[in-house]
Amino acid sequence: MLGQNEQGIKKRMEGRVLLNKILMVLFFLATTVGLVFLVLLFYRVLTQGIGYLNWNFITSFPAPYPEKAGLWAGVMGSIFLMLIVAVFAVIVGVSTAIYLEEYAKQNKFTDFIRVNIQNLAGVPSIVFGLLGLTFFVYMFNFGYTLIAGGLTMALLILPVIVVSAQEAIRSVPSEIKEASYGMGASKWQTIARVILPASIPGILTGTIIALSRAIGETAPLIIVGAATAIFTLPDSLLAKYTVMPIQIYNWTGRPQEEWQYVAGAGIIVLLAILLLMNSIAVIIRNKYQRRL
Amino acid sequence: MDKGLQSEGNVNVQQMIEDKKRSKSLGEIIEKIIPWFLLLCAIVSVLTTAGILFTLLRESIGFFANVSIIDFYTGTDWSPWTGHYGVAPLIGGTLLITLIATLTAVPLGLMSAIFLSEYANDKARRVIKPILEVLAGIPTVVYGYFALTFITPMFQTFIPDLGIFNALSGGFVVGIMIIPMVASLSEDAMNSVPNALREGAYGLGATKFEVVFKVVLPAAFSGIVASIVLAISRAIGETMIVTIAAGATPNLTFNPTDSIQTMTAFIVQAATGDTTFGSTIYYSLYAVGMTLFVFTLVMNLIAQYISRRFREEY
Repeated sequence: MLGQNEQGIKKRMEGRVLLNKILMVLFFLATTVGLVFLVLLFYRVLTQGIGYLNWNFITSFPAPYPEKAGLWAGVMGSIFLMLIVAVFAVIVGVSTAIYLEEYAKQNKFTDFIRVNIQNLAGVPSIVFGLLGLTFFVYMFNFGYTLIAGGLTMALLILPVIVVSAQEAIRSVPSEIKEASYGMGASKWQTIARVILPASIPGILTGTIIALSRAIGETAPLIIVGAATAIFTLPDSLLAKYTVMPIQIYNWTGRPQEEWQYVAGAGIIVLLAILLLMNSIAVIIRNKYQRRL
Repeated sequence: MDKGLQSEGNVNVQQMIEDKKRSKSLGEIIEKIIPWFLLLCAIVSVLTTAGILFTLLRESIGFFANVSIIDFYTGTDWSPWTGHYGVAPLIGGTLLITLIATLTAVPLGLMSAIFLSEYANDKARRVIKPILEVLAGIPTVVYGYFALTFITPMFQTFIPDLGIFNALSGGFVVGIMIIPMVASLSEDAMNSVPNALREGAYGLGATKFEVVFKVVLPAAFSGIVASIVLAISRAIGETMIVTIAAGATPNLTFNPTDSIQTMTAFIVQAATGDTTFGSTIYYSLYAVGMTLFVFTLVMNLIAQYISRRFREEY
């Protein structure tokens, strides 16, 4: 009787251990699916685009022929746009973070701002495009210009910058804050000369990551009217402009196969810039993380 | 006063005190102004939300003055260029994409999270997790390109009558994009389950998968559900992948091989076309935008509610 029972338990045990092994392999395979698609995507883009990628492609304006088309207007447009976005979003975002972390009292209004920022981060980017269309394009009468696109994008990434700046400010040890107060420094002196310098690496990392999201963003800029084909570089805030993702989108939508290769070349440039930005962010983080 | 006291040095000291006083008062002014400036910046985010609500509501009301709100939400024909504004096909398209994306991302994301949190060692986790998160950082226009030029032809070898534009590859690639969201947030939830619970189960003779399914998953349930809801919200609002790969055919169907149009894709289509300011189509952008906004807002609120209400405290 006892022997039979033992036998049964042993049998079940074998089954359970086997199931455990099978599931472990299954979980591992599921994890690799994401990685496999990442590799496939990079491989596909590289093989499609490499043939059209050369210096001429980067420095040429759009053209009606695939061999002569270029990304220059998009590259420069993206850079100008990011400058506007960075200036506006960093000033407003970091100020908001300082306010929330250092000045705000614990009350309903502060909670409201916090919840509001959290919810804003979940709003689809295209809705920000509609906001920009109403306010910046029509109400402020900027039209389809660089400044309208820049302000729209700045509002889009504002929540990301606020949250990362808050984290950076919070991670400044309170001892050095107390030390500053102890030396007789005022609140703003402490913020400007102790807290901000100590949190700059964190803020910079968050900003670069937010900007790398903005530089690949397409939908809101379509709504606020970034041009698809443009033959001059923007020379003022009120100039027409295009950006890299819009050009890529435009090329992807064309039926002839050659344009797919041109789009692939554009994607390689875009991904290279993203890789560069993210590497800088990682380097900054690793370099300064140890010191605090 | 004695003349000797008015030496150069004395004047300088007085001047220094004066300067000090003046600079101190300047400092005090700065000290008073700065908080107000910071508050003003903090209010920008509130104004942004107010602006979104204001613009969506105002322009939608303008739209519903021309098209009855009942026709809009009950009609099944969406062809704005001939004056038919029944939004059901666009909502159907969005839901179909979201469903396919969820069916792709939830199993893969959850299994990845389980592997990373329970099976992988520290070294493997530190390599795999960041690589997986790269998926979330790739621009959506790149995913759209990938779906149209690679995934669709690949699917066509299995399903020969699959069109160039179809909901299946669009939804699938949206799913790939949101895997890291499900995986990362679920893994965080599983990591916060205390080891004592696991040790207890091991002590009773449980195998690893039994610990995962009977202890870790139930304990991390609220975090996992919240991550899924957030990922769904992201899929609903996704624009470029579905615009490029899923087509521009408003189509009330649940056949994933059909070409469809989502709410977001319509907004892009109407914005790139020659839509004159003030026309009914122009206003319809906002009515569709508001519907989309409500969908994602409800999802986000549910996610926040779940993670607050059902948070397990250990």
